[in-house]
Amino acid sequence: MSTEQSNPDSLIGASVRRVEDPPLLTGKGCYVDDVKLPGILHVAIHRSTHPHARILSVDTAEAAAMPGVECVLTGDDIGDLVLRTPMVAPGMNMPDHPILARGAVHAVGAPIAAVVAESAAAAQDAAASIQVTYDSLPVVTDAEAALEDGSPLAHEELDTNFCYSMKREGGDVDKAFAEADHICRLHMKSPRVVAMSMEARGVLAQPDPARNELTVWLSTQGPHRARADLANSLGFPENRIRVIAPDVGGGFGSKGCVYREDVLVCHLAQKLGRPVKWMATRNEDFLTTCQGRDQAMTSELALSKDGKMLGLKVRVVANLGAYLHSATAGPPQRMLVMAPGCYQLQDVRVEIVGAFTNTVPTGPYRGAGRPESVLNIERLADKAARDLGMDPLELRRKNYIQPDQFPYRTGVGVEYDSGDYEKSLSEALRLSDYDQMIRDRDEARQRGELVGVGISTFTEPSGGAGFESGAVRVERTGQITVLTGSSSHGQGHETVWAQVAADKLKVPMENVVVRHGDTTAVQQGTGTFGSRSAVMGGGALATAADRVIAKAKAIAGNLMEASPDDVVQTEGGFAVAGVPERNVNWRQVAGAAYAKGTPAGMDPGLNETAFFDPNREAWGFGAHVALVRIDPDTGELTIEKLVLVDDIGVVLNPMIVEAQVHGGLAQGLGEALCEHMVFDENGQPRTGTLMDYAVPRASTMPPVVVGETETPNPFNPLGVKGVGEAGTNGAPPAVANAVMDALSPLGIDHVDMPYTAPKLWRAIREAGKG
Amino acid sequence: MEHPALPINVTVNGKARAAEVEPRLLLVHFLRENLGLTGTHVGCDTSQCGACTVHVDGLAVKSCTMLAVQADGADVTTIEGMAEGTALHPVQEAFQEQHGLQCGYCTPGMVMTAAHLLETNPEPDDDAIKHALEGNLCRCTGYINIVKAIRWAADQMRGQHASS
Amino acid sequence: MHPASFGYHAPRSLVEAFGLLREHGEDAKVLAGGHSLLPAMKLRLTQPEVLVDLRHVSGLSGIRVDGDTLVIGALTTHTEVSTAEAVRRSLPGLADTASVIGDLQVRNRGTMGGSVAHADPAADLPVTLTALDASFVLTSSEGERTVAADEFFVDFFTTALEPHEILTAIRIPLPPSPARTSYAKLPHPASGYVVVSAAAALSVDDAGACTAARVVLGGVAGTPHRATAAEAALTGQELTPEVMTAAAAQAADGIDPHADSYADEDYKRHMAVVYARRAIEAAAARA
Repeated sequence: MSTEQSNPDSLIGASVRRVEDPPLLTGKGCYVDDVKLPGILHVAIHRSTHPHARILSVDTAEAAAMPGVECVLTGDDIGDLVLRTPMVAPGMNMPDHPILARGAVHAVGAPIAAVVAESAAAAQDAAASIQVTYDSLPVVTDAEAALEDGSPLAHEELDTNFCYSMKREGGDVDKAFAEADHICRLHMKSPRVVAMSMEARGVLAQPDPARNELTVWLSTQGPHRARADLANSLGFPENRIRVIAPDVGGGFGSKGCVYREDVLVCHLAQKLGRPVKWMATRNEDFLTTCQGRDQAMTSELALSKDGKMLGLKVRVVANLGAYLHSATAGPPQRMLVMAPGCYQLQDVRVEIVGAFTNTVPTGPYRGAGRPESVLNIERLADKAARDLGMDPLELRRKNYIQPDQFPYRTGVGVEYDSGDYEKSLSEALRLSDYDQMIRDRDEARQRGELVGVGISTFTEPSGGAGFESGAVRVERTGQITVLTGSSSHGQGHETVWAQVAADKLKVPMENVVVRHGDTTAVQQGTGTFGSRSAVMGGGALATAADRVIAKAKAIAGNLMEASPDDVVQTEGGFAVAGVPERNVNWRQVAGAAYAKGTPAGMDPGLNETAFFDPNREAWGFGAHVALVRIDPDTGELTIEKLVLVDDIGVVLNPMIVEAQVHGGLAQGLGEALCEHMVFDENGQPRTGTLMDYAVPRASTMPPVVVGETETPNPFNPLGVKGVGEAGTNGAPPAVANAVMDALSPLGIDHVDMPYTAPKLWRAIREAGKG
Repeated sequence: MEHPALPINVTVNGKARAAEVEPRLLLVHFLRENLGLTGTHVGCDTSQCGACTVHVDGLAVKSCTMLAVQADGADVTTIEGMAEGTALHPVQEAFQEQHGLQCGYCTPGMVMTAAHLLETNPEPDDDAIKHALEGNLCRCTGYINIVKAIRWAADQMRGQHASS
Repeated sequence: MHPASFGYHAPRSLVEAFGLLREHGEDAKVLAGGHSLLPAMKLRLTQPEVLVDLRHVSGLSGIRVDGDTLVIGALTTHTEVSTAEAVRRSLPGLADTASVIGDLQVRNRGTMGGSVAHADPAADLPVTLTALDASFVLTSSEGERTVAADEFFVDFFTTALEPHEILTAIRIPLPPSPARTSYAKLPHPASGYVVVSAAAALSVDDAGACTAARVVLGGVAGTPHRATAAEAALTGQELTPEVMTAAAAQAADGIDPHADSYADEDYKRHMAVVYARRAIEAAAARA
């Protein structure tokens, strides 16, 4: 195994190559669709072509008679089976979420009938033959429009499109605004985007009627939570369900919840007594998997004339889509804690409102409310600087929370653990040769070229949402098994957790095996999302490892007839302090642990589990700088330089961390440059395939410089913060600010992402007219 | 309406395979379902993503956009046929060495396209690599390490030629 | 997605293929590389009863020079076209076109004949082949006829091909050296298909005057669009930057492009001018 590390004694901080890779590289990975069971039945679903309609009739007769078809079910056949989701706000309006439509559909793609057949092709043939008659109803697709008086209703059954609202306020906002010299106002929308994990969603359920058990292979980011959600929706005992997350081909937040098809497939398997599988087609994935962003933000920033931020008001209107999944209401709530960004803002009012529309439900997608929040405050900071005629760097520096102020409680009542925003900013300016870049921009501007420089400096929370578990089991032979509730879907947990465990226990990494993604093998867990794994899974694992080491020291002391206080860790085992020849290795300690070798009063075994919850999020931060050029003739945007400096505390594996930044960046750039899920005014998706919806390709990626600073997290056993969403959160605002800087000579104030060529061309043309 | 199965003979990863297949069976499903070679993945319906890329008679093609009957008589190589025993193909090795994969779903297609590129152009620059990857989507890596890996593999393969 | 069920025939000769087409009539579709047809079948946008695969019919593939004409077999792949020395040398605009179709894998399977017969208004080859004044050899049991590109493309996905005919070859007149042909394309960021594209073929005499010009736009109509005003503005002129810009400015005359989710009509109209200029300039710069 090759490694590159600064401290050769430590595996933490080493760019260890991934242990996950060999099977994935040789075609031996095992994703849901690769699981082969005898007698599998396949499901295809007939879906609504209408965004909002009453269903008048569903004719399944031809489908049921087709060769290979086992059965066809409609909503009436499966009765009251619904997707149960938690109420997250008091008084929240919650529309029915039946597994198959009953009476009405509220979005294109809503499932109406399911065909079960001997092959996927036969199921698709039959599903295509089903005839549905509809009575069309009025449609609303825009969240702000949905909240206006007289708007069409997304659900006739509810007398409103309002779902929920939340507010947070600190300080005296009205006073701050009354005393301000200037109020900077901005209205913007974050584009609706699609997670588009390369593996579409899929589920395979195998019933065991004799034992009354159910095994489910699910492409999920959190098998334990999925198991509980399935149990709740199915009314089947959680402890009789085994959920296996095999290799998972990406999720980016969208595979964090259970979907209707998951419940449906489990139900069908139990009903038919055979294994049943459904794999989403790409089009189905577009129409049914929770999409991201789609928030409208209306903000006011109160400032003194010398650029001091005095107060902030933000109102978010979030498009929730047609139905609520378990985390649909989650992303907008990020603004409640993130609105002030890196700035000393005590007088803050944030209000969020969620609205229903006849579109695909939204939910967490890489960043999950963070990118919107960062975009909001960083665009405001830039526009405020422009309004006041100030350098955007100077305005930011004037308002940064200073290093000696941490832990810092913001106006929305959240405590940031640590930060040094000037440090990451200066590093980004250094790496980008900022002053030269500004000179070059000014010269280009003299020549009439549209060139712009933009920065974003941001802080982002990671590691929230409940607990995570980790267990370290020293087997009888001294081999180490790690069990983590933080199941991976591509991030490299098997490698990093092995690094952490091996580093803690001072054993070779090869002696450590990491198990995850199986509710039967692993104690309870939460899963991988929200940049939480290093913080939460790492924290749990480190805690469990410390407990195992403490117990092992006691056992080692017993074996060496020394006080545990005199036992020290050595490479591969333990020794008496100062007497290295008195030593035992892990094999001996483990042997004793399982064979009456523990000290009196101590339980046998060497297996410790930790449930970790620091009750606070970890606030990473960073500074991103972009240099862009726009061709005025075509509107084509070129990112000529992009520098990303992220501070995520202690880095466990630099190779993996940098790649997480790359991936987050690509998705952020997708949002900034090309990705946009569009519904027309009739509620029809216009970008429901990869023929229409543009995800970044290799050629989309600009030259990128990734830098880092390291400010350890004082509230985490490993000193870490999350990284998975850094590129997604920080880069788009830097690009947006650069684009607006480039367009500023034309008097253009704001353009919403994505910055497609036709959109920028139109903005330039209309500015010319003005 | 059902149509009769047709006989095909395909050499897959060096092994002769005979089968009777429905005309509509796509090559990717023949590989995955009939032969159990599940390393070739399906990521879209519109020939965009490239996760299903295999080599047919030495050319990288999308096995989701080819009928199994069109492969009758052809020589097909899938990701499972790239390593020789336990020795990874240089492109596979490069993807591990340069961390060119995360979730791994696009990886088999990426490897097959990259291997084809290096056969036709042993010294591609970054633009040539990016152009060759136009038909392969990845959602995890931002392509940065994939491009690096292909460059690294090219260097390795040229080194091997020079030393042999 | 699985295509709907169909019957499949791989005839060994054109005669056998004609028999199958006669037998099945409109229910049959001819299969070449399959890169236009199979994606549509997978989405069940088209559901032919029978496919007649030409893969075993010999003589339909390859590139040869026949006097002052380049003849390209219908089953020649885009990769073969884009890399063939004869094409690169004599018709660089065609090589450039073939090299930006779809992606590497698509070019390895997709065929020139398949693309032309499919007549997708967002395809590349029809644009360039119209600029090159290509003609298409349509063969049937009754013999063969040759139809010029200007007449071949009839409407969206509609050509002069009769159901009983097979497109067997593409004939392109070889221009005098240096071959001033080019292709400039604005690809859709998702599909890679044409948003707007332009192909140009220019002839220039020893005195530097343009003696003939064909400028064709893609993506702006149901068929490749001859920018005749631009052509007229170039003909008889010395190809100065001013002349080329002025000619390109007339490229959008008379076009009525359709908006899509990516680009509106105004943008396409403007891009028609931009890409016509790029194509004209690139063609003029060939030497």
